[in-house]
Amino acid sequence: MDSSILYSIITLGLIGAGSAAILYWVASKFKVEEDPRIDAVAEALPQANCGGCGYAGCRNFAEAIVKTGSLDNLICPVGGDEVMKRIASILGLEAPAVESMIAVVRCNGSFQNSPSKFQYDGVKSCAFAHITFTGEGGCPYGCLGHGDCERACTFDAIHVNPATGLPEVNDKCTACGACVKACPRNIIEMRPRGKKDRRIYVTCMNKEKGAVARKNCEVACIGCNKCVKECRFDAITLSNNLAYIDPHKCTLCRKCVEVCPTNCILEVNLPPRKRAAQSDSPAEITA
Amino acid sequence: MLKTFQKGGVHPHENKLSANKPIQPIDPPAKIFIPLSQSLGAPSKPVVKKGDEVKAGDILAIGEAFISSNIHSPVSGKIEKIDDYFDVSGYRKPAIFIEVTGREWNESVDLSDELKEDIILDGASIIQKVKELGIVGLGGATFPTHVKLMVPQGKKAELLIINGVECEPYLTSDHRLMLEKPREIITGTRILMKALGVTKAIIGIENNKPDAINLLSKHASSYPGIEVCALKVKYPQGGEKQLIQALTGREVPSGKLPIEVGCIVQNVGTTFAVYQAIQKNKPLVERVVTVTGTNVLNPSNFLVKIGTPVSVLLGKAGWQPEKAGKVIAGGPMMGKALLNVEVPIVKGTSGILVLNREESFRPKVQPCIRCAKCVSACPMGLEPYYLARVSELEKYDLAENGAILDCIECGSCQYICPSARPLLDHIRLGKLKVNEIIRSRNQ
Ligand code: SF4
Ligand code: SF4
Ligand code: SF4
Ligand code: SF4
Repeated sequence: MDSSILYSIITLGLIGAGSAAILYWVASKFKVEEDPRIDAVAEALPQANCGGCGYAGCRNFAEAIVKTGSLDNLICPVGGDEVMKRIASILGLEAPAVESMIAVVRCNGSFQNSPSKFQYDGVKSCAFAHITFTGEGGCPYGCLGHGDCERACTFDAIHVNPATGLPEVNDKCTACGACVKACPRNIIEMRPRGKKDRRIYVTCMNKEKGAVARKNCEVACIGCNKCVKECRFDAITLSNNLAYIDPHKCTLCRKCVEVCPTNCILEVNLPPRKRAAQSDSPAEITA
Repeated sequence: MLKTFQKGGVHPHENKLSANKPIQPIDPPAKIFIPLSQSLGAPSKPVVKKGDEVKAGDILAIGEAFISSNIHSPVSGKIEKIDDYFDVSGYRKPAIFIEVTGREWNESVDLSDELKEDIILDGASIIQKVKELGIVGLGGATFPTHVKLMVPQGKKAELLIINGVECEPYLTSDHRLMLEKPREIITGTRILMKALGVTKAIIGIENNKPDAINLLSKHASSYPGIEVCALKVKYPQGGEKQLIQALTGREVPSGKLPIEVGCIVQNVGTTFAVYQAIQKNKPLVERVVTVTGTNVLNPSNFLVKIGTPVSVLLGKAGWQPEKAGKVIAGGPMMGKALLNVEVPIVKGTSGILVLNREESFRPKVQPCIRCAKCVSACPMGLEPYYLARVSELEKYDLAENGAILDCIECGSCQYICPSARPLLDHIRLGKLKVNEIIRSRNQ
């Protein structure tokens, strides 16, 4: 009885030791020489594996960087400037200037601004609603509010507000771009975060003429050109009855916001306006 | 035992409220607009411009692409503009707007009611004429008829099937047409047989229309090649593949057209339009439309000029807008809800169904209980619960392998599901995505 237990232990022990020896030998014989920098770069990355860089995961991205040996067009939007600097120092390269970006929702057709004209009881999917009809508010360019963007976001950064029916982006946004791809109406845009997180942009995508656009939504861009004329920095262009503000030219002077007759230009994180400000007073107000 | 198709199928309530109502012509209003996209395939190109005077039957737009069709004016009048309108889904689509001045016809059109049974044209000229006069499939899919009649190289047509099934609940336009124009339909059948060079035709009619079966059998009896076949009532028997299987037992292979098994299917409405085109030189500018539903005081069958707004028909049939919840173009199973009743009747509109508010909403969605009723109901032998799920999860490769593209969007699965799952919604989206993927793969 005792001896049989002993034999078993010895036999299994020998098999184990033998296998270990073989494995050790195979591992050292067929070792894949990997650039140690890949590990170093991969460690520097945020390990979000979100795909925002265009690669399947952080490690694939690290391999790509080390392989090409340059940082042109290779950016981790999640890590941003800081991470790219660290990677550049690992590889001894010049760090590219990374602008910190954030997702913005270019529609303000809330339940209040664009009241429901129809009732939809199909599946809660923006992609399906988009192929079916204009959406309950009636605007064929507006947000459908079923949250395809919310479901695409792996950072818990965008949520449809049940009170307005519109998605809102919070500070957790890493600019991975997943929501931009998910939205069937191309409503979400990646914009620079801006100085002190301040941004001004047009919250409308409607390309109809003014009267048609306004019929479905209080705050639609009507293509009146007032903002374009008002902007001293040539930052606003109008095409297809829709204004667009170039974030790199915009100086956050807020003149356009004041003249827009439908209030479709949104200012984010700008301090409250001084009440009786004269029209030609300097627009830069510090909080 | 009556024939029917093998796999799946469901039995929705028939609700043929307007079956006894004779077809009643209605006048177009003072302004009509004709969409430029009225058939499957590419939109047609306008050949008139603002300010032009047209007579009824004059050509307005030509179909240039291979799959595309000509469009003619249903009225005499002046072209007001060529501009966009908002279609049934609320999106912009181009249309020709006409101010109606009268009902003067182009002289070449024979407007008499007299029956012409002798077929003078040969096969090729018939197809050419069908193309010129803008005939498309009137069953709902609006596939250009001339394309269907051109049998591809290497294939042979041996049987013409005339689809008088009308399996959609509520709709009665084909039924009425068969009762009122039986001899024209038989002549149309003979024209189509000549165009295809076949000697045999079967007219399939569901057993819930015994009057039409008797009448057409009587008129077909003098033509040995034409047979009228009664079918057991089952939805979706009007689907091409289902009808072929019911009548011949042949199964069209996955992803292939009926010609693969030697069949060509044409709807009875189309057959009547072909008769009018060939024997009377009349283009397709009007069609029979059923206006029905519990909301409507007088469910009716109207002969309507293409371009007449839906609201005109609803007014004539006496709808009650305050009680209405949903207006559907087509039948309850495959139709599409309208966002706006000012949209025009087009070549593909077989009916307008108005549902009361309480009938309009879907039941609450429950979790799938794996009962497999959807699998038994699917006439294409698919697994709807699975296809819907993988589409929802965006696993489009699995959807493609599950033959999602074979789905004919009949809605049997969604109709039968005890959990009221939106199966077809997900499947439709999945089909769209799979088609996109296949297209990009082939580029
Ligand atoms: S909000 Fe959009 S861009 Fe920002 S993290 Fe979420 S998915 Fe990415
Ligand atoms: S922004 Fe786009 S994806 Fe997000 S809820 Fe609106 S329509 Fe849907
Ligand atoms: S809709 Fe498609 S999946 Fe559903 S029963 Fe019909 S053919 Fe089958
Ligand atoms: S019929 Fe509905 S509940 Fe039954 S298996 Fe299909 S999806 Fe599930």
